[in-house]
Formats: sequence, C-alpha cells, structure tokens
Amino acid sequence: MSDKEKAGKAAAGAALAGVPAEPGAPKADAILSATGVRRAFGGLVAVDVEHVEIQRGTITALIGPNGAGKTTFFNLLTGFDRPSRGSWDFDGRRADRMRSFQVARAGMVRTFQLTKALTRMSVLDNMLIGAADQVGERMWAGLVPRLWRGQEAANRERALVLLERFKLIDKREHYAGELSGGQRKLLEMARALMLEPKMIMLDEPMAGVNPALKQSLLEHIKDLREDGMTVLFVEHDMDMVHEIADWVAVMAAGQLITEGTPDQISADQRVIDAYLGAHHDAAQH
Amino acid sequence: MDWQFVFSQALTQAIGPTMLVYALGAIGLNLQFGYTGLLNFGQAAFAAMGAYGLALSVVAWGLPFWWGILIGLAAAVVMALLLGIPTLRLRADYLAIVTIAAAEIIRRLARATVWSDTTGGSDGMRGFSEPFFELIPWDRDSTWTLLFVSMDNGRLAVDFGIFELQYSYRDTWIMVVGWALVLLICGVMALLVHSPWGRVLKGIREDEEAVRSLGKNVFAFKMQALVFGGIIGAVAGFLFALSRANIQPDTFTTDFTFYFYVVLILGGAARVFGPVLGAALFWFLYNILSQGLGEAIRADVIPPSVLEMTQVGPLVFLLLGLGMVLLLIFRPQGLIGNRKELLFDVR
Ligand SMILES: Nc1ncnc2c1ncn2[C@@H]1O[C@H](COP(=O)(O)OP(=O)(O)OP(=O)(O)O)[C@@H](O)[C@H]1O
Ligand SMILES: [Mg+2]
Repeated sequence: MSDKEKAGKAAAGAALAGVPAEPGAPKADAILSATGVRRAFGGLVAVDVEHVEIQRGTITALIGPNGAGKTTFFNLLTGFDRPSRGSWDFDGRRADRMRSFQVARAGMVRTFQLTKALTRMSVLDNMLIGAADQVGERMWAGLVPRLWRGQEAANRERALVLLERFKLIDKREHYAGELSGGQRKLLEMARALMLEPKMIMLDEPMAGVNPALKQSLLEHIKDLREDGMTVLFVEHDMDMVHEIADWVAVMAAGQLITEGTPDQISADQRVIDAYLGAHHDAAQH
Repeated sequence: MDWQFVFSQALTQAIGPTMLVYALGAIGLNLQFGYTGLLNFGQAAFAAMGAYGLALSVVAWGLPFWWGILIGLAAAVVMALLLGIPTLRLRADYLAIVTIAAAEIIRRLARATVWSDTTGGSDGMRGFSEPFFELIPWDRDSTWTLLFVSMDNGRLAVDFGIFELQYSYRDTWIMVVGWALVLLICGVMALLVHSPWGRVLKGIREDEEAVRSLGKNVFAFKMQALVFGGIIGAVAGFLFALSRANIQPDTFTTDFTFYFYVVLILGGAARVFGPVLGAALFWFLYNILSQGLGEAIRADVIPPSVLEMTQVGPLVFLLLGLGMVLLLIFRPQGLIGNRKELLFDVR
C-alpha cells in the first residue's frame, strides 16, 4: 500500500468515523443527499429510498441482489429516468430537476451496466467526445479549426494519458466496436474520466474484466479517491467491495436496507437475508 | 444505333442540373441520416419549402428574387423546428413518421384548390425564374474555345472526342451555380464533420444516451443537424425549381425523398462526397438505361414483341431497384463508404 493510498484511506475513514451503521445515516460532508426517492414501474416499486447521503471523497459501494433497484437508482440520480417522487442535492445544488446532460455537467458522471461504446468511432474519438466545454462543439466554431485546435490537442494529451493507464493505448486508432466486452468497460470508465467529474458513478465496472486487470482497475479507483473524487459503484463481488470500499450501502427490493463499513456489512444479518431471499419474500406482501 | 450519342447524353445528365438537385438533397440527408442517424423521410418537403418559398415570394407577393431565397430558407428552418421540437426527444422512429406525414401534408396543401389562385393548385407555378437567368454574366451570343471546352452562342460544350457534353444557355448557368453550391456546401460539411461538433453528431448516431451521459445537450445537436440538413434540402428545391422554371406539387412526393436516400446509400453515407458520387452514378445509370433501351427499340435491336417504348420507364426502375438490392448485398457501404463500419452490430 502506497503512502498516498494510506493517506487517502485514512482520510476517508476519518470522514466516516462515527457515522452510525444504519440506513440514511447523515454524513459530515455529503456530496449527494437524496430524500424520498421512489420509482414505480406500473405496480412494481423498483426504488423506494427514504434517505441516503454519500460522503465526499470516499469510495462507496452500492450492493444488493439482482433486481434490487441499483441501476434504476443510478438512472434516477443521473437524470436518465424520472422518479415518481423524491428530491436530491448534488454538490449543494438541487439536482432532481436537471436533465441528464446537466447532471453530467454539474460533475456527476455515470457509466452504464450495459456498456455504451460508440462503436463506429475510434477509441480515441470515444475519449475526446468526453471532454467538457469544447469550443469546437459549437457549430459555427466547428468551421474555424483555429479556434479549437489548441484545446483539442490538450484534450488529446489527456486522453492518451488515460488510455495508457487503462491499457488501451495500443487500441487508440481502432474502432470501439472492435474492443472486447471488458475493454469496452475500461473505455467507458476512461471516457467518463475525460469530464473530470466530482463524482463518478460506476455500474458494475469490473464485470467481465480479467482478474489481473481488475486489480489494476481497483488501484485506479483508489487513485480517483486520492485525487479528491467521490466514487459510487455497484459491485456484486464482496471481496472487491472489501478491498476498496470505505462505505457500503445495501439495497434490496428497492429499499436501502442498511449501510456501514464493509466489515459491519458482512456481519449484518439483514444483508445475508436479503441475498438469500428472506427479505425479498417479506417485501412482496 | 448510336451508342456514342446515348453515352454522351447519359454523361451530360450525370453532371447536369438534375443530378445537382439530387446531390444537394442527399448532402442534407447525409448530415441528418449519415452522420447523426436522424431518419428524415421528408426531405422532399424541405425542397418544397425552398421551391414554393421562392415561387410564392416572387410570383404571388411580387418580392425581389433574393427575398424569395431568404423566405425559402426561413421556411425550411421553421419546418425543421416544428418537426424537431416534438420528436427529437423521442426515439428515432418518431421523427421518421412525423416527417413522412408532414411531407404529404405539405404536398396536399400545395395542390389544394382553396388557394389555387395563389399556388396554382396541382398545376403549380411558373414565372419566378427570370430574375435568376438575368444574372447570367455572359451574353447569349458569346463564343469561345478553351482546350476541349467551348461556348457556342451562349451554350456550353465539352468535347472529349468520342463523346460530347452539351448544355443549353440556361442549363449552363444552373450548373455553374449548382456546382459552386455543391462544392461550397461539401467544403463546409468537411469542416463540420471533422470538428468536435461533427464528432458529437457521430456519437449521437452511435448511442445518444452515452453522449448525454457525457454532458452533451443531444437535443440541441440533433436540432442543428435537422435544421442545417433541411436548409440544404431547400437549396436543392431552389435549384430544382429554377432548372425547370416551374414547380408542381406532385414532384415533391415521398419518392423524391427516397431518391435522395438511394443516392446517399449508393455513394456511401457518412462520407462528404458520397452524395455527389451517388447522384452522378444514379443519374447516369437512369439515363443510360432509359435512353439506351429507347434507342435500342427505335433501332429495332429490341423488337416490340419483347419490349415496347411505354414499358421502358417501369423497366428502368425495376432494374435500378434490382441494382440497389445487389448493391446492398455485395457493397453495402456504397461507392466510397467504409465497409468496416458496417461490420459492427449497432443494436
Ligand atoms: N424499464 C423498466 N420497466 C419495467 N421494470 C423495470 C424497468 N427497469 C427496471 N425494472 C425493474 O426494476 C427492478 C430493479 O431493476 P434494476 O435494473 O434497477 O436492478 P439492479 O439492482 O440494477 O439489478 P442487477 O444487479 O441485476 O443489475 C427490477 O425488478 C426490474 O425488473
Ligand atoms: Mg443493475
């Protein structure tokens, strides 16, 4: 463990010290704070979260059995779906009325469980499209390369550094459609980082990534925290969660059933019940 | 029979006024469909906006020619906004349905009898093109020769030895203006599609949710593509109206839009010069088939028991349709498209 990582982990631990292990526990400095978020698909209540706060500068894992509502919750928070009711603040701003692209601009950037690579574009173009505030994205400025060449070159630099980090540098001129499933996951995460978000929300970033690369991905995610970013990620592999998460929130049948440190969560009977189905059955009334 | 003449005729058409109309219409579609993935099935209506905007301004309202051009362009912009605002936030198919319906509504309005005093109803309009042809900078009797290009009493001839292209005084002017517009617009397109703006359009074509997740206002980009593509469609409409010196509502059917698609797919979508090459090839094939078959019947090479003159038209379309099917099987990327791009599943 590097010194930097130790420091990051310690800082995150300190920020979360004294936070009770119960659903909706208040945090010292919450970057995201959501209340009464509910989303029903017809009769099925996919998400019904009373209250949740995410501590700034930490890595929080969102876990729960299949169909618990994790992805739906992500969709709501990032403006890709509209809640039946509920409100939330992101980084001190009311965010539940924002459209998805405004959420991303505000600094909350998400990836998708089913990867969305832009297949008929090069890997490098996939990266470059992620950069924020591009002058050349205004139609009229697009006609005058002089106006955006400099910015483009700087973005390219940044993209290459990220591609190097994510082991995709050799693929930069390939079409994203030529990448394997795991590589697409990596590309999507790298692309999200092009926006330099304040908070990154990763929906199963490790799914389909080989173990060796997974390890280095974990290091990247820790680095993000050390760079001051807040990470919220969905993951099914508890070992992984143990290794990097500072805090864990557990969803089951749409509700936030508990939260706490990884150790507290593994010992929690409610979590075990949820995964084995006891809670799920009870929730069906 | 005179193959040389048939070939010369087809070649004349292949870079002539009508081809330019197809090229322009397809360039607009290329931005919308080829680059952004917008299914605009109403490009004919955008052309109609240009054509009728010009004709009504000049003939019915007595405005100067350039006002007619401005009004035609403005009409196309308004139509793009009206069609785009309700549909561009929805799935791609909604735009397709709405544009196809809107195009039909426009055509029926144009041929409606209620205001046929103004619009000419199904007869259409004429008498708006004089100011355009008054702009011709050379005289009707100008005569010169430069290498293999010559002007003879205001008419242009290009002599390649074995075949010769000839254009009338007015067609020559249409071509000068038309080719200038095509090249200018292709230049603008080349700049745009290679800019970050164009990159966002391509991203939208691939997966608009992904692009949204990266903080881009997808709706605004789509709208810009729809409006700009529609403007180019209106320019095609101007050229169409001026080259025939009249307009008829029934030329703006959905078929017209589909020819633009044929041209685009033939040349290669998402390539700047795809529509231009596609238009040239399409119009060349159409002309060589119809003129060749006509000539063959006239020269009794094909006896009337096999094929009659009246059957040539339908047969040509049948052959072109067959050719299109074969193209899609063996060269789906078109003349200059990128085969590799078609190999990925796009869901
Ligand atoms: N568009 C939709 N229409 C109807 N029901 C939906 C829709 N999206 C999700 N659901 C339902 O909502 C519930 C939660 O789904 P969600 O995708 O959020 O689960 P998840 O926790 O992400 O599961 P997994 O771990 O399998 O990804 C599921 O029961 C699902 O069937
Ligand atoms: Mg999910």
